[in-house]
Amino acid sequence: MNTKIEASAATAVPSASKRRIPPEFNIFLVLVGIALVYEILGWIFIGQSFLMNSQRLTIMILQVAVIGIIAVGVTQVIITGGIDLSSGSVVGVTAMIAASVAQASTWPRALYPALTDLPAIVPIGLGLCIGLLAGLINGWLIAKTKIPPFIATLGMMVSARGLSKWYTKGQPVSGLTDQFNFIGTGIWPVIVFLAVALIFHIALRYTRYGKFTYAIGANVQAARVSGINVEAHLIKVYAIAGMLAGLAGVVTAARAQTAQAGMGVMYELDAIAATVIGGTSLAGGVGRITGTVIGTVILGVMTSGFTFLRVDAYYQEIVKGMIIVAAVVVDVYRQKKRKTV
Amino acid sequence: MVSPTTMAAVRASGAVPKAEYLLAVEGVRKEFPGVVALDDVSFRLKRGTVHALMGENGAGKSTLMKILAGIYTPDKGEVKFKGVDIRLKSPLDALENGIAMIHQELNLMPFMTVAENIWIRREPLTRLGFVDHGEMNRKTADLFKRLNIALDPQAEVRDLSIANRQMVEIAKAVSYESDVLIMDEPTSALTEREVAHLFTIIRDLRSQGIGIVYITHKMNELFEIADEFSVFRDGKYIGTHASTDVTRDDIIKMMVGREITQMFPKEEVPIGDVVLSVKDLCLKDVFHDVSFDVRAGEILGVAGLVGSGRSNVAETLFGVTPASSGSIAINGKSVTIGSPTEAIRNRMAFLTEDRKDTGCLLILDILENMQIAVLQDKFVKMGFVDQKAVSAKCEEMARKLRVKTPNLQERIENLSGGNQQKALIGRWLLTNPRILILDEPTRGIDVGAKAEIHRLVTELARDGVAVIMISSEMPEVLGMSDRVMVMHEGRVTGFLDRAEATQVKVMELAAQ
Repeated sequence: MNTKIEASAATAVPSASKRRIPPEFNIFLVLVGIALVYEILGWIFIGQSFLMNSQRLTIMILQVAVIGIIAVGVTQVIITGGIDLSSGSVVGVTAMIAASVAQASTWPRALYPALTDLPAIVPIGLGLCIGLLAGLINGWLIAKTKIPPFIATLGMMVSARGLSKWYTKGQPVSGLTDQFNFIGTGIWPVIVFLAVALIFHIALRYTRYGKFTYAIGANVQAARVSGINVEAHLIKVYAIAGMLAGLAGVVTAARAQTAQAGMGVMYELDAIAATVIGGTSLAGGVGRITGTVIGTVILGVMTSGFTFLRVDAYYQEIVKGMIIVAAVVVDVYRQKKRKTV
Repeated sequence: MVSPTTMAAVRASGAVPKAEYLLAVEGVRKEFPGVVALDDVSFRLKRGTVHALMGENGAGKSTLMKILAGIYTPDKGEVKFKGVDIRLKSPLDALENGIAMIHQELNLMPFMTVAENIWIRREPLTRLGFVDHGEMNRKTADLFKRLNIALDPQAEVRDLSIANRQMVEIAKAVSYESDVLIMDEPTSALTEREVAHLFTIIRDLRSQGIGIVYITHKMNELFEIADEFSVFRDGKYIGTHASTDVTRDDIIKMMVGREITQMFPKEEVPIGDVVLSVKDLCLKDVFHDVSFDVRAGEILGVAGLVGSGRSNVAETLFGVTPASSGSIAINGKSVTIGSPTEAIRNRMAFLTEDRKDTGCLLILDILENMQIAVLQDKFVKMGFVDQKAVSAKCEEMARKLRVKTPNLQERIENLSGGNQQKALIGRWLLTNPRILILDEPTRGIDVGAKAEIHRLVTELARDGVAVIMISSEMPEVLGMSDRVMVMHEGRVTGFLDRAEATQVKVMELAAQ
């Protein structure tokens, strides 16, 4: 995909005062390239424009906003050299629990009839807390028991999914208040996504939290010797990722105006894919939120483009899998390149 | 030059006359970036002898041994095996030619049985191509009988003690019908009784005509087991003698007998009060009862051979591996240091031994590398980093330390070792420490950078910083320190004042 660009980045070593092109620029070019390919194919096969259709673009961005919210958290986890597989399931469980306290009294089968018509802040706050709790458990397990993040979050992925099914014995939770549904309407999910991205972009670049996150991913031993409390910091990072997954769960439920136990299945993989496509290295220490935002949009454009070209959904999945692998191959190539410099 | 495979064919044909020496190394040179590890080194191993290699850390023993075992190829010079020139391409190559090496860190697979470990890659097969475990265990039992080893071939290696794993390694080496066996400090993890057993096995192998290259730091072992020994110093071959011809003192003189030619910018500075006082510090199974004081302006050198526990003491002082007992006092006040964070809070700084593993954040830029420690408690308001202020400080520090780089946005991995080290020292100086622990501050860096670091350490002492400097380089320890603390096998064996510290005295304490 962008091997040529990588090569030039690696050789441009002792350029003294020249300001470097931000690495996101490459990813942005990839996005533009993909969009242009669809545009051309659109004119050839369908006879219409891909880009000149604001409705399509809105739907596209709405579809990936939730993935983007998760990916902002996943990016931070991956920068520390970890991984979070639990976000999709956390979306499911927070959607269910938040929805269960967001039901309107007019709904005849409310789960907690005493807890209907509550202000939207209650289900939203509860959803964030549930996500935060899941993240804290992930972080605690990883920091204190030293089990690999893959295993800790895999356990959470399975358990949280089980919990969301057990919660209503598989029944959906519907009849949510308009106030709650509001954050899922119109362009709101996108605004939430961009707000979250901005907050953590700033946090990663300008705060001590960010500096320590990169340091741990670059060399955990050196970070520890430099006085960073690695355990406490990892717990923080996973807790934030969990909270963002919780937020994504709330938005998902609000957007669908209902909650189902199966919500968010495979979202964790889409979020990881968006992160990796956005230039974050699975080896840790490298990555930016801006890249992840572009990576998220790339995922959206791909899906939307396939639909636009009337490509069968099966093919879409096949190709998506290949693109994720390709992004990781590029990452590995980049690592190797660096070592030989 | 003959390739090993041809060599094997030649040997099989019986055309090669029986050479006087099993192994003969002539004029071998090996360079690594920035260091000459071996320079014009010769070494001869006779049939049926145990030949010890002696020398300080970094004398070149390990490099020579790795050349013999096919891990490194020499840049120059020749290696003759049974009278024929060979050029080994890999450890496997060496093994198939009859040169086996037993590494210090044992290379066994813990979840496989003893027999599986020994015959790996050479498993006896049944007619159907499956591994014949019965035959394999029988062969192992025979081998053990021959070596007088009492181990179950079917035991899993992870259940064995270190000593027994060592036995398995030896049996494995012998199973290749090797003519040469290289042992790298085989007794470092063994008890006295196990050592006695090992020596019985070695004597037995020797009587079968096998030549054994034996690397050790322990003087008494040399007299007990070695027939001959060769001494190396600073990558050069010093001499070979029969171990019956010499005394301990002779060997020590050969090991350290260099002239101190490098100049050290040591300054006599007024030495102040005790800053750090360590009493009976222990780390279970690693070091014991370490006690010492360091005063403001004083440079305490710490000498000792690799594995003497020097670096472990430093790590414990800094809270990387908190002490199991003992006490630490700073400026007379008792403190507990359970983590590096607490150490930094007590204004300690620790330049670690391994720049790459525990020092540099390799993929990040120099600025991030320099500021990471100081951000613990300075230049941060409400979580936000005052980047302008901290960048200015880092720039100033980098200029002061003469870190050679176009700018601080360069990745630290693109710097030379010496400049990386300067940047890391800068990381710690930004925290304004009063106790500075330096572990091998000049390892693997060029002479110019070395001198600059020495000058810097002297300046810091002048400013009243208490410095603890661990070093394997004798001239550095003697040239820089006000006092030298010597360690051996996890214990402090003595202190020497600047006036009385000589290479011989330090070595005597380090290699008891």
